[in-house]
Amino acid sequence: MRSRKRQRLWIACIGLILLGAATALALNAFEDNLVFFHGPSDIAAGKVEQGRLIRIGGLVQENSVNKIANTAKIEFRITDGVAATPVVFEGILPDLFREGQGVVANGRLDANGLFTASEILAKHDENYMPPEVVEALKKSGQWKMGGGAAPNAAGGNS
Amino acid sequence: MIAEIGHFALIAAFLLAGLQATVPLYGAHKGDRGMMELARSTAVGQFALVLLAFAALVNAFVTSDFSVLNVAQNSHSTKPMLYKISGAWGNHEGSLLLWALILSLFGAMVACFGRNLPPSLRARTLAIQGMIALGFLAFMLFTSNPFDRILAPPSDGAGLNPLLQDPGLAFHPPFLYFGYVGLSISFSFAVAALIEGKVDAAWARWVRPWTLAAWCGLTVGIGLGSWWAYYELGWGGFWFWDPVENASFMPWLAATALLHSAIVVEKRDALKSWTILLAIVAFSMSLLGTFLVRSGVLTSVHAFATDPERGVFILALLAVTVGGSLTLFAIRAPKLQTTGVFQPISREGALLLNNLFLSAAAATVLLGTLYPLFLDVLDAGKVSVGPPFFNATFGPLMAPVLGAMVIGPFLSWKRADFRQAMQKLWLGVAAAVTAIVLVLILSGVEGILPAVGVGAAVWIICGTLLELADRVKLARVPLSESWRRARRTPRAAYGMTVAHLGVGLVVAGVLGATVFKTESIQNMKPGDVVDVAGYTFTLDRVERLNGPNYQAERAVFRISTDGEQFATVNAERRAYPVEGDTTTEAGIHTTWVADLYAVVGEGNPRDGWTTRIYHNPLVPWIWLGTIVMSLGGVISLTDRRLRIGAPSRRRAPTSGSSSPAPAE
Repeated sequence: MRSRKRQRLWIACIGLILLGAATALALNAFEDNLVFFHGPSDIAAGKVEQGRLIRIGGLVQENSVNKIANTAKIEFRITDGVAATPVVFEGILPDLFREGQGVVANGRLDANGLFTASEILAKHDENYMPPEVVEALKKSGQWKMGGGAAPNAAGGNS
Repeated sequence: MIAEIGHFALIAAFLLAGLQATVPLYGAHKGDRGMMELARSTAVGQFALVLLAFAALVNAFVTSDFSVLNVAQNSHSTKPMLYKISGAWGNHEGSLLLWALILSLFGAMVACFGRNLPPSLRARTLAIQGMIALGFLAFMLFTSNPFDRILAPPSDGAGLNPLLQDPGLAFHPPFLYFGYVGLSISFSFAVAALIEGKVDAAWARWVRPWTLAAWCGLTVGIGLGSWWAYYELGWGGFWFWDPVENASFMPWLAATALLHSAIVVEKRDALKSWTILLAIVAFSMSLLGTFLVRSGVLTSVHAFATDPERGVFILALLAVTVGGSLTLFAIRAPKLQTTGVFQPISREGALLLNNLFLSAAAATVLLGTLYPLFLDVLDAGKVSVGPPFFNATFGPLMAPVLGAMVIGPFLSWKRADFRQAMQKLWLGVAAAVTAIVLVLILSGVEGILPAVGVGAAVWIICGTLLELADRVKLARVPLSESWRRARRTPRAAYGMTVAHLGVGLVVAGVLGATVFKTESIQNMKPGDVVDVAGYTFTLDRVERLNGPNYQAERAVFRISTDGEQFATVNAERRAYPVEGDTTTEAGIHTTWVADLYAVVGEGNPRDGWTTRIYHNPLVPWIWLGTIVMSLGGVISLTDRRLRIGAPSRRRAPTSGSSSPAPAE
């Protein structure tokens, strides 16, 4: 019986050590890899750290999408109706990327306030508005109740 | 009319589940044989009724009966037949019906094939299964009835999300659910054992094949989902650590741990309460996944309908199931006596190590998946936890498992000689080290981790084959003797070998897809040429064509190497007018050693098209590996011991306490 108790103690110890290791790994990874969400107004207010991976969201500003000739680069602006952030992305846009539609992008902000997107997130249907975008629009006071009623995407004082 | 039959069948199944959940439990308590036997007939009856309901729904989809709300919202008359059928489970209500169908299927299978289970254990297991069915059928009937009619049927339906109109995804839910929901039976066995207060080797032997069957389905289902994401989403990746993917991966990790710990219960009569706990956790993870996916807290291709009422209902089911079973566990688990004592260096020690790391890995995945939700609920900001987090935590936790899974089979039960095992494995060690050195010198990929990863894949594959060779004493005894030994080796052992080889293949594939891939993004006009990893891609032409229910723009690429053309691939963008959606179809040429992968974006003849081209070495091995893993599970299921069944009740007590395990 003694040996079984001791054995149990061993297992418990190893388990605890493992749990500690897993927690340490997770916390460490959290510190480096949590991706925070910001709206264009946050960026305009200078609240956002440069060079760190962040996620931004809003509406694709009307008449802002421009494909740079002979490259796979696309420039556009993401707006929450108050402020707008210039974005550059190289790659294939999601199928439902359109002017005036909600969009979420992962990427980094540079010193000039240009957001280089590494990923533009796909939406799955027309009526869907990414929750982050809704949040950003609410914060900027541009969200109108009733879901689809998008604010004026032509706005944005930039 | 047929839809009403389906609805009534569901109601009848609900009532029958109520009977199944109560009477046999009372019967088992009183020792009343007749009441206990009721569990079997009600389980089979419930399955028949849910099957009838399911058939009614499929019928409504096939005949495009748009007076049924669900069909009108999710189908269209021009859809190809395969997607009319798969559309039946490509929506919230239908997928829940599939849930209920598989839940009752497992109950019915235990009722039919579990003849040599002790009557009381069988009755209790089926009663628990009945309770789960009761919860889910109530959920369907009260919040998500698939048979709701509309008074003024539209002339045509709203169509199915085109992303779901895909052969890979047509079969992904049935397999995934077979695994996901199949774990319910392990849960029911565990709770029944807690009620009985007895967990022994016989119990482990009974519960293992069911867990194994569910695990095989889950493995194939996850593989299909990942394959679909790979070729349909056009991002060239196979796994995104998306919360929905994690929702299916967590039960898989727990089920894998459960499979291994059940062996320890069977052979060594140890780790009993741990195994019970794992069975509870595995199914709880399934329920949690169902909650995450179905309640709409996550937005994804899986979130068909977002309705808070439904979310609350599933959350309540989750709370009752998890809370109830864990409470029972807390009361009963201390009574479970362990007879086996074990040493750290032994087969069971290796299995324990595997269990601890798999559970820790599952816990970090759980943390990463739920953390953003918690922060959101607490209003502490919006964050997302992406692949870097999971790579940083999951990888290091899996490394010891990959190391131990090769050494473990070389260790004997009770007390093993580590040095002796490593001596038998020297060839594997040498192969792994050689591979690491070769990658470091030749590949040109930075850092030591990719090389170590390749070493791990080589280690698993070589070590697993060495174990098989050692088992049959290949090259140490005459070949005829080896052959005799090979034939006498139980199928369960071959199952393990095959499944572990599958893991090796998956590891190799994952590395190829992440570390060794080459990617190129550019703007192309017809005639333009791009070189990727020694292959020349020429954009031949971009043409328009009409599919059955879509219009497509197709880019044709010619692929050549050393001036010699050997393949063409078609990348498409499809527009579905009914649903108003566009999808991307990647053009893929596979050599089984690598995939050449091309995607086309928006464009026009004047400015050209954006194209994205990948060379993904070893990627096909990921899906090959998942198939091989589940094949291993199936081989193990055909083992004679499992087919004939566990010893009957009379023999159970003798096999209970630390039975001399057959050397395997």
